Amino acid sequence: MQLEFTPEERAFREEVRTFIAEQYPADVRARQNQGVELQKGDYLAWHRILGKQGWSVPAWPVEYGGTGWTATQRYIWDDELARADTVPIIAFSTSLVGPVLYTFGTPEQKARFLPGIVSGDVWWCQGYSEPGAGSDLASLQTRAVRDGDHYVVNGQKTWTTLAQHADWGFFLVRTDPAARKQSGISFLLIDMKSPGVTVQPIITLDGAHEVNEVWLEDVRVPVANRVHEENKGWTCAKMLLSHERSGIARVAHSRVALARLRALAATISEAGRTLADDPVFRRKLTELSVELTALEYTELRMLAAENAGKPPGVEASMLKIRGTEIQQRLNELELEALGSHAALRVRRSLAPGETAVAVHDAIGVADTYFNMRKTSIFGGSNEIQRNILAKAVLGL
Amino acid sequence: MDFNFTAEQDMLRESVSRYLGDRYDFAQRQAMLRSESGWRPQIWRGLADDLGVLGAPFAEDLGGLGGGAVETMVVMEEIGKALAIEPYLDTVVIGGGLLRRWGTSRAQQWIAQVIAGKVRFALAQLEPGVRFDLADVAVSAIQQDGQWHVHGLKDAVRGAPFATHFIVTARTAGPRRDRDGVSVLLVARDAAGVALREYPTVDGSRAADVRFEGAAAELIGEAGRGFEPLEAAVDEGVTALCAEAVGVMRRLLADTVEYTRQRKQFDAPIAANQVLQHRMVDMYIALEQAVSMTCMATLKLDRPADERIRAVAAAKVLVGKAARFIGQSAIQLHGGMGMTNELAVSHCFKRATMIESQLGSVDHHAARIEHCDAAS
Repeated sequence: MQLEFTPEERAFREEVRTFIAEQYPADVRARQNQGVELQKGDYLAWHRILGKQGWSVPAWPVEYGGTGWTATQRYIWDDELARADTVPIIAFSTSLVGPVLYTFGTPEQKARFLPGIVSGDVWWCQGYSEPGAGSDLASLQTRAVRDGDHYVVNGQKTWTTLAQHADWGFFLVRTDPAARKQSGISFLLIDMKSPGVTVQPIITLDGAHEVNEVWLEDVRVPVANRVHEENKGWTCAKMLLSHERSGIARVAHSRVALARLRALAATISEAGRTLADDPVFRRKLTELSVELTALEYTELRMLAAENAGKPPGVEASMLKIRGTEIQQRLNELELEALGSHAALRVRRSLAPGETAVAVHDAIGVADTYFNMRKTSIFGGSNEIQRNILAKAVLGL
Repeated sequence: MDFNFTAEQDMLRESVSRYLGDRYDFAQRQAMLRSESGWRPQIWRGLADDLGVLGAPFAEDLGGLGGGAVETMVVMEEIGKALAIEPYLDTVVIGGGLLRRWGTSRAQQWIAQVIAGKVRFALAQLEPGVRFDLADVAVSAIQQDGQWHVHGLKDAVRGAPFATHFIVTARTAGPRRDRDGVSVLLVARDAAGVALREYPTVDGSRAADVRFEGAAAELIGEAGRGFEPLEAAVDEGVTALCAEAVGVMRRLLADTVEYTRQRKQFDAPIAANQVLQHRMVDMYIALEQAVSMTCMATLKLDRPADERIRAVAAAKVLVGKAARFIGQSAIQLHGGMGMTNELAVSHCFKRATMIESQLGSVDHHAARIEHCDAAS
């Protein structure tokens, strides 16, 4: 056992840190600093730079565009991205549909779709959840009926993240209503410009337009756009569950947020001293910092196991639970720290051209708090994650 | 970065696990608790002679196995799993840590005695009205004609009835709470001027209040400069205690999962209830975080003081909370059976609860971290 990174790993960290510092788009950074809502182009600008560098899909097999980095190098990469507060790469493309395609896709599908994901030229959204199929995803009702070389798709998807930007979507649809519920599902790639596809915004409680309803009315999808065999779509969906745990704990993001919160607390006056010196608030920060360290080393232990050849398992569920609990706790404490300053302001109150610097951290703190409640709900709610752990780890 | 054990460390775990497992089943432990002496000297003998593990963390040129903090972690986790009461923590970890730092040929003689199983230490640090502050020392040591003598009362000295020697913190200069002027001395249990009032502890061990009335003592290290090596050695002890807690908590969780699968109510195992499953998953998560923090602190014991203190204190904060949550949950999920003295789980709970406060509570160690923050 030892904690140090190797000299090679430290050199790698230097290399990627320098790359990020030099290549990150200045205009995107400026908009982030202003606290304005990011647009499609902001996300894709960074993705395209990474695509050119060959670093947009590190975890993929090298033949499809992966970097061949070790698990530790990928960890360092994620860590540096978080420290630099870069915009996220759209995971629906790189972490979700990409791995399904290179695992189950035909040579034609791989040739057609993977390059656009690697380069950042094509934006993908995920059509899984339905009004009646959330945690119980396999009860989905969207129908796809074969008609010659096409499927005709009808149904409604919901919580479709950033579908308003999407060029393509990957959808789970029911192709055999008579089969047991997991067995009658297929995995379809749908061009979002197809006739019959309608995207309608869902405005979340923080006022943001992040998720959507997607209506599918007699949408004709070529059979060539089905990945894997008919009625084997659940296999594709299931593969994703344990595939990508990289970054799920978001330790580095939370570390950055905690430092920001400490700095903020030092600027707020409370009973004749700063909030940072208030013993009650300080203790909350100390305890959170300890929990974050525990999560960090839990992730590192898993990484070490993975480097030693142990395949990633359901422990990712633990990282998701603790990671989201810690993120939400950070948001709570930020809200507590700002008191009414946070409660009164919404991000949209910023005038065009006005920067967030003047009112600094109050901008969007309450919005963020409300928005981040999603983290314990999405990607398999934390209760579902506990069910998974109960079954897999405790044998219950 | 590497969190994997070597083959030798796995073998060490195996052998300690088997050795203690054969001697610490529930009935054997209960019989020991009821016995007059309250412990079994032959087990200590065996740890020295049959296993050699009393030398696990010492360098080979000192007669040890050439291991370090990771070996201590391995042994202490097994001690926790077995609910063993052998004074490994005070003798090998804290005593050994102080002697290693002392570093003289006299220290080497003591270490040889430790490894051979000929001496057993008990840390005599607490005094009436003092909780955790290592510098809050009223017991005094005075040198006369080249011989040190200790005066005063230490209480709640864990393992005192089994010890051959006490590691006594005493003041040789300065006001009561000053770090300067703290010295560390060894006093033989059978020395003139040592009186014990013995009692059983709630977690199956024995302790004593120890009154020193001019008892002859041997100074470890430098007079008045004992605080820093003491704090460092106690930090090694805190980390080892975290490892012991991990062993106890592993058993608490395993026993609880097993019990809820067997116990039937409403015609089904109670483990079928989601509310119980989720509680057990939360126990598992707390345990895994505790394992991570114990590894982290173990690997940072050699870092500069500020980094070491932050690491060790953070580990104890997390492990202390985990011990409380896992212990209480284990009892809750065992229902009425958890309230009896008839199952191992109750004894694990008692040990876990004592570990929470041993060598510093959650609040004490959180304050240590904040002290580092304020100083940086």
